Amino acid sequence: MSVLGILRTTLAKDLRMEWRSKDAINSMLFFALLVVVIFSFSFDLTAEESRQIAGGLIWVALLFAAVVALNQTWARELRNQVLDAYRVSPAPAESLFLAKTIGNFLFVAVLELLMTPLFIVFYNLRSVGPVHQLVLASLLGNWALVVNGTFFGAISIRTRSREVLLPLILFPISIPALLAMVGATTSTLTGEGSAHLPLVFLGVYDVVFTLVGLFLFETVLQAE
Amino acid sequence: MTLTPDNPAVSLNDVSKLYGRFAALRMVTADFAPGRLYLILGENGAGKSTLLRVIAGLIEPSHGKLTILGSSDHKAVKAHLGYMAHASMLYDELSGRENLAYFANLYGIREHALCAQAIRTVGLDPTLERRVGQYSQGMRQRLSLARAILNDPRILLLDEPFSNVDVGSAKEMTRLLGSMRDSGKTIFLVTHQPALLEGFADESVYMSAGRVIERVDHRAPTLEAKR
Repeated sequence: MSVLGILRTTLAKDLRMEWRSKDAINSMLFFALLVVVIFSFSFDLTAEESRQIAGGLIWVALLFAAVVALNQTWARELRNQVLDAYRVSPAPAESLFLAKTIGNFLFVAVLELLMTPLFIVFYNLRSVGPVHQLVLASLLGNWALVVNGTFFGAISIRTRSREVLLPLILFPISIPALLAMVGATTSTLTGEGSAHLPLVFLGVYDVVFTLVGLFLFETVLQAE
Repeated sequence: MTLTPDNPAVSLNDVSKLYGRFAALRMVTADFAPGRLYLILGENGAGKSTLLRVIAGLIEPSHGKLTILGSSDHKAVKAHLGYMAHASMLYDELSGRENLAYFANLYGIREHALCAQAIRTVGLDPTLERRVGQYSQGMRQRLSLARAILNDPRILLLDEPFSNVDVGSAKEMTRLLGSMRDSGKTIFLVTHQPALLEGFADESVYMSAGRVIERVDHRAPTLEAKR
C-alpha cells in the first residue's frame, strides 16, 4: 500500500462525493459572493482605492469561505463513523492528510477562479504589476490556508462545537500567512513595492506547516 | 506466527480503559483461542463495545497489555483485523460497490472482482448502482459486514451486526459467520440476540461493569456426554 496510491484513491473519492453533493463549493461560493456584493455596495471606491484594499478583501473572503469547506470535508468522515474504517485499516495517515489538503486546495482554487471575474467587475480591478505574481500568490496563499485548515479541522472534528473551534484555532495561526498574501497581492495590484519577500515567506510557511502536518497527523488521527 | 489452541489469537492482560474516573473496562484478563466464534454478552454499558474497540485499535487501553496474533504492536496486525461497528462506516454519497472499492484500496486490494464477491457473499446485488444513503437499514448492515470481511481478516470484530436486520437475513449472516469460523477465523460478536447464534457460537463471554464475569464454552463436553 503506497502513500501515493491511497492518496490518489482518497482524493478521487472526495472529488466524486463533492461533485455529487456540491456541499462545500455551494456554501463557499454563496458566502464569498455575499462578501463581495456587500462590500462593493458599502463603499464607493475609485479604481486606485479598490487596488489598495482589494488584496485584504479577497483573502479575508477566501479565508472565511475556506472554513466552510474545511468543516464539510471532515464532517463527511464523521458521518456514519467512516473515519474509524480508515483508522482500523493499515493505510498511512499521511495519505489521508495529503488527500484532504489537496482536495480542499482544489475546492478553494475553483472558488478563486469563479470569484476572480466578480472581483474585477465589482471593484473595477486592473493589475499594475505582473499577473504571474498574482497567480503565484493565490497558489501559495491557498495552500497556506488549506494545509493548516485541514490539520486543525481534523483536531476539532470530534469536539462538540467544531464549527466555532476551527476558526478560533485557524485564524490566529494564519495571520502571518494572511499578511504575506495581502502584501503580495496588494503590491502586485498597485505596482508599489516588491511582492518578492511576501512570496518567499509564503513558500517557507507552506513547506514548514506541510511538514509539521505530515509529522503530527497520525497522532491527531489516532486520538480518541 | 502459527496459531494453535495454546497460542491465543487475542490475549488481554489486566486491560483497563478509564474515562476520567469511569472505568469502561476493569482489569480484563482473558485469552481467546483462534478459530472460534465468541459471543460477547451483557447489559448496556457492560463494556462489550469498548472491548471490541480496544481490540480493533480504535481505543488505547489506559492500563494493561493487549496481544493480537502474537504481536503487541497493533500496527503490525491491522491488515488482519475486520471491524464492524454500530454505525455503518460507509459513505452515503457512494454506491455499495464504490464504497467497497475505496476500502479495498486501503488494504492494497485492487481486484474489483473481490468487492463484487464480498457484496454477493452478504446477499446483495453488486450491480446495484443506488447510493448507500438510499439503502434500507438492513442493506446497510449487510454491506457493512461486506466491508469488514473484504480484506479476508483473521480476526473479525462485529458489534451488533443483526440490529435492524430481518430474521431471514440474520440467519443467512449467521450461517456465513459459521462458515468463516470453520475456515479458521476468530470472530467476536457483540449481540443482544444470542438465540440467533445458537449452534454456531463456540463460547459465550459475559460482561458486567467492565469485567468479564463468566465464560461458557458451548463445545466443552458436558457431564452427560462424558458419562
